[in-house]
Amino acid sequence: MSLWVDKYRPRSLDELHYHPELSSRLRSLSASGDFPHILFYGPSGAGKKTRIMATLRELYGPGVEKLRIDQRVFVTPSNRKLDVNVVQSNYHIELTPSDVGMYDRVVIQDILKEIAQTQQVDLNAKQRFKVVIINEADALTRDAQAALRRTMEKYMNNMRLILCANSTSKIIAPIRSRCLLVRVAAPTDDEMTKVLQHVAKKERFGLPASASKSILASSQGNLRKALLVFEAMKMQKPDLTGDLEVAKPDWETYCAKIADSILQEQSAQKLLDVRGKIYELLSHCIPPTVVLKTISERIVDKVDDALKPQIVHWAAYYELRMRMGSKKIFHLEAYIAKVMTIYKQFNMIGYTDDYE
Amino acid sequence: MTTFAPKATGQLAVDPKFQPWVEKYRPKTIDDVSSQEHTVAVLKKALSSTNLPHMLFYGPPGTGKTSTILALARQLYGPDLFRARVLELNASDERGISVVREKIKTFARETPRHVGKSSDGKIYPSPPYKLIILDEADSMTQDAQSALRRIMETYSKITRFCLVCNYVTRIIEPLASRCSKFRFKPLAQNSTQARIEMIAQNEGVQAEDGVLNLILQLAGGDLRKAITYLQTAQRLHGAIEPPTPIFALSIHEISGVVPDDLITYLLSVMGVDKDQGIDLTLGTGGFEGVRTAVKRVGREGWSAGQVLEQIHDALIPLPTIPALPKSLAAMAIAECDKGLCEGGDEELQLLECCLRIKDAMTKH
Repeated sequence: MSLWVDKYRPRSLDELHYHPELSSRLRSLSASGDFPHILFYGPSGAGKKTRIMATLRELYGPGVEKLRIDQRVFVTPSNRKLDVNVVQSNYHIELTPSDVGMYDRVVIQDILKEIAQTQQVDLNAKQRFKVVIINEADALTRDAQAALRRTMEKYMNNMRLILCANSTSKIIAPIRSRCLLVRVAAPTDDEMTKVLQHVAKKERFGLPASASKSILASSQGNLRKALLVFEAMKMQKPDLTGDLEVAKPDWETYCAKIADSILQEQSAQKLLDVRGKIYELLSHCIPPTVVLKTISERIVDKVDDALKPQIVHWAAYYELRMRMGSKKIFHLEAYIAKVMTIYKQFNMIGYTDDYE
Repeated sequence: MTTFAPKATGQLAVDPKFQPWVEKYRPKTIDDVSSQEHTVAVLKKALSSTNLPHMLFYGPPGTGKTSTILALARQLYGPDLFRARVLELNASDERGISVVREKIKTFARETPRHVGKSSDGKIYPSPPYKLIILDEADSMTQDAQSALRRIMETYSKITRFCLVCNYVTRIIEPLASRCSKFRFKPLAQNSTQARIEMIAQNEGVQAEDGVLNLILQLAGGDLRKAITYLQTAQRLHGAIEPPTPIFALSIHEISGVVPDDLITYLLSVMGVDKDQGIDLTLGTGGFEGVRTAVKRVGREGWSAGQVLEQIHDALIPLPTIPALPKSLAAMAIAECDKGLCEGGDEELQLLECCLRIKDAMTKH
């Protein structure tokens, strides 16, 4: 039994539920025989990967779905061994170089050269080039991105790149100017409802409007999340009626609790208390950025309008520091201390303007 | 099968139909290089006297740096000698200190052979030195760059170096001072226009009026970007049956430019009217209004960097905004851009920037 997310994932461009213009554009590109490098970008859960796989199918036929997973070993110039998981078919290869952190350049150099210098041997293949899919392209280091530049032009006849990223801001300009940028926007609420109803119909049950509404509210344009929530909900309450409580992930409730306790009392003791809770979250592998964003969102909802911009300002400020520094907890804690100060000041003297 | 086609020099023969136009229309001689008159003039002198200094080319992407040096090398050596005399290394090759010590040094050390006549019957200057092109040199490590210093001097009789980079500041001073520097400026619109029109004509591109101009405007002096846009648009429109002329909307879509109405909406929640300047009645949505707008940007997948750039372009030139709010807004935009470059979270950064601009607008 696979999850609904996988079970009802569209396989071809015709089955896609939304962005019809985009689908037709991808179709005409793959039919033209002269396929560019593509950079797909958009928020998570919008359907980037689904569209990439559908495009590949359009290019090569159903053969691309025969996947195998290899573990490849790369050796850095300093003789360090790197293990990278690679998913490939006869026609394409998919990898996430950012898994190996700062050594991603080695992976990119090695694998692209290898693909680029070998030609397609399968005479039945529809295209003469292979496709390399690079996931999380925005997490690549600058060096790795620089390594892509000339390769993209030089080996165009044997290879095409498909990059998948959340945003183009972190992709260097030379790469952007070599790719066709394809934006995959998150589906609108109507489009999401249509997809949910489609799934419900396939599973042979009706979807009450109230249920779909609460799913949409909790998923915020992330279709993958919506489908997962939907399935969980169906498990809990098979008839999908009455008071539907969308089960929030534990960490989210936990973050909300932290936010509440920050607003309850502002003291050194409380800070220590909160620190323990944040450690708890971090040790469960919740990314620190997500923790900070969730907490600040909750706080912003609860404080006076005059304070909101400041809370956001400091959130942005400490989030940035967190990225640049190496010890995440310091910056999270500093943020919380700052919020406590502002909040207390505001409550005592009724005014605070603390930006610097 | 083309798979078994005979090898062209160094590269496999490609069906020209599928070749990227960027490669297809790379200038063959340095006379073909668009604008950059100054650089071309100097290089032509060097070509006739066959005496070349070490060179450092720098400038923004898509201004013809790599094209110029490749064309120059081709004119100097001709197709036969090109492979033996020119070593091209770019960031996709390993370029740590070990490579500089081994590969570059070995190549630099070899004495060039005497040459006979070229196979295509033309006479090339074939000067008695080799050329090492280090493309994207700004991504070389400091150590590797320092290792180059001595090599450049020791073998300067038989080897010339050409460093190509975007940011001259990333090249260490001792290397930069050994080279004669050539700055490639962003291309002026009229000189790129001729090139784009030539390509459009050669490829039989049908475009509506003003589309070519729009491409050039969006590319902002980056000729490669302009050519890529043109080719992509042609692919999209050529694949439809029957082929339609390219229209402006698809160019907008390809280039990832945020539509004007989204920018207008963002400006309005910050209390700015696109034409009239500050209009605080628009920004009554308060904090929530800004947050909803920023969330929408994220949900539709626009890149925060692009949005920021367009907010800047729409906001800063407005003549009716007084100096103080405008300066504060410019500061907010600049800091947000820095934050984005350093890898800050897009939503937080953009939200903070918008809130600051909104606040700035009330201060006049």
